[in-house]
This record gives sequence, C-alpha cells and structure tokens, in this order.
Amino acid sequence: MTDIARRPAGELEAAVLAALWAAHTPLTPPQVQQSLGGTLARTTVATILARLYDKGTVVRSRSGRAYAYTPAVEDEAALAARRMHSELEKGDDRNGVLARFVSRLSPDDERVLRLLLAQADASRTPAATTASTRKGSPEPRRPR
Amino acid sequence: MTWAVWAPLLAPLLAVPAARRLADVLAPRTAALLLAATAAMLALLSTGSLALLTAAGLLRLPVIAALGHMSAPLMRRSNPIYLPIGALAALALAVAAYAVCRAARRHRTDLLRAASTAERHGGAGDLTVLPDPGADAYALPGRPGRVVVTAGMLRKLDAREREVLLAHERAHLRGRHHLLIICADLAACLHPALSGLRAPLSFHLERWADESAAAAVGDRRLTARAVGRAALAASDAPAAQRPAAALAASAGPVPRRVAALLETAPRSRFNALRPAAAIAAVLVACVVASGVSTLEAADDLHANIELAQGAPLDHPHHHSHSFPSLPSFPE
Repeated sequence: MTDIARRPAGELEAAVLAALWAAHTPLTPPQVQQSLGGTLARTTVATILARLYDKGTVVRSRSGRAYAYTPAVEDEAALAARRMHSELEKGDDRNGVLARFVSRLSPDDERVLRLLLAQADASRTPAATTASTRKGSPEPRRPR
Repeated sequence: MTWAVWAPLLAPLLAVPAARRLADVLAPRTAALLLAATAAMLALLSTGSLALLTAAGLLRLPVIAALGHMSAPLMRRSNPIYLPIGALAALALAVAAYAVCRAARRHRTDLLRAASTAERHGGAGDLTVLPDPGADAYALPGRPGRVVVTAGMLRKLDAREREVLLAHERAHLRGRHHLLIICADLAACLHPALSGLRAPLSFHLERWADESAAAAVGDRRLTARAVGRAALAASDAPAAQRPAAALAASAGPVPRRVAALLETAPRSRFNALRPAAAIAAVLVACVVASGVSTLEAADDLHANIELAQGAPLDHPHHHSHSFPSLPSFPE
C-alpha cells in the first residue's frame, strides 16, 4: 500500500485535484478524503482544498454545514482546450516527443487486453486483493 | 580507407536487429539506455563516415586540393574515393542535416504547443487537468515537468489507478525520458536504418515507467489493470479524434506492457536466453568496428593529405597498419 501521507505537498495537491475531477458532483472534504482511500488526515485534505481554493484552482459552494468543492473551469478555456487537444491528436502519437500513458489500440490489441484483464481478475487470490478498495469504481462496464 | 569508411554506414543494418533482440531480454531501464546509446553512437559514426567520404571526394577537385596546398595528381593517385562518391556522400549529409533540423523543429513545436495548452488550465502540484471528455494522459517535459491528464481519463479510473497513472508519468519526467526519445529520433534522421530503434525504445521507456509506478504503488497487478483500463478508455474516445493511421494489426505495445506487469516480478531474462550473449557480442562488435573504422578512415585521409602536401612520410603509426584498406602509397 502506498503511503500517500508522506508525499511532497505538490503530489498531494495533484491527488486531491484528480479526485475532484474524477467525481461528477462537488465533493466535501470528508468525501475527498474517502475517495483518496482514507489514507490522508481529514485536516490535511481540508488544508489542501483551502490552498487550491485560494489559488483559484477549485471553486466551492455551501453544502449543508460544509463547503463542497469542484474544479474551476472557464467555459472559454474549456473550448480552447478541446481545440488545442484535437490539434495534438492530429499528430502521429507514435512519433511525438510526448510520452503518452497509453498508445492507441488496434482491434486485436483490444481483444487481447480484455482477455488479460479478465484473467488477472479471475486469478486474483484473496490474499492479494488490495483491489477490493475499488468499490467506488466509476466504470460500470465490467461487472465483478 | 576503402572498406574502413564504409563499415560504419553498413553497421546499423546488423546492429539494429541485434540491439532490438537484446533489449527484449533486458530489464526495461537497461534496455532503453542500450537502445538510445546504440542509436546515438551508430548515428555519430555513420555521419563521421559520410563526412570523410565527402572530404576525400572533394579533395580530388584540383581547386580544393590547391586550397589545401596539395598536389592534385598525387591526391588523385593515393585517394581511393572518387568524386561522384564524394558528391553522393555530400548529398546524403545535406539530406541528413535537413532532416535533423526538421525533426528538432517538430519536437520543439510539439512541446511548445502542449505547454501552451497546459498553461491555460488550472493545475495543482505537478498536475494539469484538461477539461476534455476524451481519455488521454502524457508527461510534458520542462522545468519543472508537468503531468497532463484529461478529465475523461480521470473519470475512467478509480483512486488507486489514478495514483498509478500519476506515478507512471512522474517516472517519465524524473528519468527525462523525452531526451532519449529525441536522441533516437535525431539518430534516425542521420541514418535511416536506425529508425528501427525508435519503436522498441518507446516500448521499453513505457515499461520502465510502468515498473517505477508499480514500485511506487506497491502493486503490479493494480498497475497492469490501470494501464489496461486506461488504454480501453482511450480507445472509447470519439472516433473523430482517433488517428486512423495509428491502428496497426499486430500485437501492440499496451497488451505486452500489461502482460509483463502480470508476470511475477521484473527481471532480466538475459541469463535465461543462451543466444543473448552472442547477440550482445554482435552488437558490441558492430559498434566497436564502426568506431575503429571511422578512426582508421580518418587516419588514412589525414595520411593522404599529408602525402599530397609533400610532407615527409614519417607516419610510423600509419605504416604499421596491416589492414588491406589502403592501396594509397605511390610506388
């Protein structure tokens, strides 16, 4: 298990922002803490959220007694991003200098990959099941 | 000079397949460094050969010979490189130089464009999130480097898978992997046969980052799943955004990465494969032969020039060579 609590501040901020983006609704600090696996102290999460709010990276709204946070997006910027992003997509992603997390899959790749993932899930032993924390998976396509 | 000058131009034909085979049995980090170093060395040596051929060919021109205070007839007699070969070599050098400039400019444009995209958007720490529904993620090198991920990608992964993604991109940034990619790309501009090293280098860099991420999160299976699910998510992106040319039929890199992560532990299989030592020997031989040949050819050309300049033949170093390389001494 990764010890998220001992990471540099920048990495913690990144993790919190990623959690906010992954959620479809605004999150309160306890919800953010939960979505990070509960490894961070609630006060730490609250501090990070306050810092991100001060920087204008996130916006917040009242949700009961607490604030609920959501990433700040300007509509114009979003449009520009989509345009710039499509520009990037036009390039041949096998030859660019940007190291992409995953390259495109051919139909064959996709078949092999689904098989591999299914096998990995099937052969999972109870002892190695750190993945059981995945109950909040946003991917409904693969019933477990 | 006759054979020595050609060896570095031909060596990549043998060295590239050898390096690829060897990389497949090495640990990812070693493999990536081997491929990049092979590309860089062979590119420099073959370019050196082209330069020598160009120089030797041009020295047959009386004008050039006169400029260097050489006797043109002597130069013609001792120099085995004919003018047309020199001209071809000069042309190849010019084409290579043009290709290098173009590739360097393309890399620069790509990076600047990606950087300006990232700058428009809010980030936290080293992460920039693009509010784009398609799934994509990459490492944007710079000082400091940034991890750029789309909202679409973050929404397809759970918290621990997102940690894998961030750890993977951070490994690219920390290892400055883009420098190795640029190195291999420019090498391919200098000698076309070296372009065969580019795809394996990318693959082993991804494997290197995968293993770093697996070590960071402490779970190889989780890492495999994150890579696999991210790739499937990226393939679900709207068809309009998918470059059709990138769809190859053969087994692509992602399933191989996932399969490698699902193996028990990262290890070098070098010892398990007997021919690996032989392949390594071939590769080392290619690089060493290229290096020695280039030096030899340069030495020969130097001797020719001195000879044609009427310098005394006190070149003991040169006399001692027994290579059948130089029919260059006038009787």
